[in-house]
Amino acid sequence: MDSTTAMYVAQGIHGLAYGMILFLVASGLTMIFGMMGILNLAHAAFFMLSAYFSYQALAMTGNYWIALLAAPLATAVVGVLVERFLLRKVHAFGHVGELLLTVGVSLVILDAVKAFWGTESLYVDLPESLKGLIHVGGLEYPVYRLFVIGLALVVLFIMAFLLYRTRLGMVVRAAVSDADMVNALGINVPLVFMLVFGIGTWMAGVAGVAIAPILTVFPGLADQMGMDAFLVVVTGGFGSLSGAFIISLVFGELSSYGVQFISALAPVLMFVLMAIILVIKPTGLFGERE
Amino acid sequence: MLLEVKDLNTYYGSSHALQGMNLQVDEGELVALLGRNGMGKSTTLKSIMGLVKPRSGSVKFRGVDITGLAPFKVARAGIGYVPEERRIFPTLTVFDNLMMGVKRGKMVTGDPDAWTLEKIYSHFPVLEKRRRQKGHTLSGGEQQMLAIARTLMGNPELLLVDEPTEGLAPLMVKEVRDMLADVHKAGVSTLFVEHNLKVAMSLAQRLYLMGKAHLAFTGTVEELDAQPEIREKYLEV
Repeated sequence: MDSTTAMYVAQGIHGLAYGMILFLVASGLTMIFGMMGILNLAHAAFFMLSAYFSYQALAMTGNYWIALLAAPLATAVVGVLVERFLLRKVHAFGHVGELLLTVGVSLVILDAVKAFWGTESLYVDLPESLKGLIHVGGLEYPVYRLFVIGLALVVLFIMAFLLYRTRLGMVVRAAVSDADMVNALGINVPLVFMLVFGIGTWMAGVAGVAIAPILTVFPGLADQMGMDAFLVVVTGGFGSLSGAFIISLVFGELSSYGVQFISALAPVLMFVLMAIILVIKPTGLFGERE
Repeated sequence: MLLEVKDLNTYYGSSHALQGMNLQVDEGELVALLGRNGMGKSTTLKSIMGLVKPRSGSVKFRGVDITGLAPFKVARAGIGYVPEERRIFPTLTVFDNLMMGVKRGKMVTGDPDAWTLEKIYSHFPVLEKRRRQKGHTLSGGEQQMLAIARTLMGNPELLLVDEPTEGLAPLMVKEVRDMLADVHKAGVSTLFVEHNLKVAMSLAQRLYLMGKAHLAFTGTVEELDAQPEIREKYLEV
């Protein structure tokens, strides 16, 4: 393989890795929207919080693998607490109240991380086994990007299993289309909401840990990811996991190759694609709601 | 007394949708709730079910106060709800839709009268034929069958059915009507909302008739039959 092809392939893998991370964030966002009817504007803040948690866990234990396990779990616990003790309290006042609350939560998280960790970029050091390049057939791949892709695939399979092979998954799929009806059939929907919120924030947490060594950890992490994940959810269709998956991967590649070929236009490529899809299908790729 | 609704008041914002509504259903009864559109029939069922919270008054089920409880608690207490427009889960298969009705994911075993999958399939053969199809591929009548069957899977002691024949072709109306009679004969007490007077009169033992947001008449089918002026005032257009 010549060096140009090798570069394209490497760029493709970069795009795939980002797309996978994006999907981890967007899937939680779209699932929470589908079930609870709210856009969780604190979702990206949880993603950022988890990146900080991973930095802290690594600083305390010196073990990356512990950080990888503990940070998303800690983030999920914060998510569950927010759902149980804040979001549920304002549910009765409608979606505007819930939306405002999630904005408030994101601001609190943002200021809390600034207060604890400051505003400068923090570096998350990878273990030796995840550093460097791997050589396959004359090509060089960064080991960590491959690891991120693999990690996202594992999470994806766990999610697919939960969603399509368990009763909880069946309940969630039903509640995405009609939560009130699920409730009226005798299923404790508030409890399911809490679990979904927890799982959604856990996935955002995994993404936060995954991105930390690539982008470093800083408060602005939430903004970029929040916007991209929101675009994915709108373009893929609110509440649609398969839509979120496809669009995440497309966006990942768009941004990766976009930067390479038309770097000046790269930031708007996602918006252009979103506009095209929404003109053709106003509900998004696989969405049913406007 | 199975169900006792007393002086129930429900609001949608500032609109007073139920004004002192009263009704009762006894064990084994098949009762119809009639009235023109917008009189509060569906709101009555939703208020019983906890899907809208009544502001005052009480709902008692077997003497236990269930007013304003979360819908899943009302369902677990033994009330099954079949909503207007069926509300089948479109992306789930017919089989999974039925499984959604099973309370706490556990099938009732050991009770010969319990609604099991076999019993459901024998009452609703079309659902067995279509069990692998997605909910949204069913016709209106089949969806109505599925909606009722799904609720029966939870073995309710009282079935609330909202407008079971609405929007169905005449042949299907008869089929759904016969099926409700069949389910009632199997021992399920039923309260149903119906705009089709013929269906209601042929099915119910007792009737409630709603005027705007309140009860206008209550009695047997024969009693309503004997009072054409009431029918004219509250039902006929």
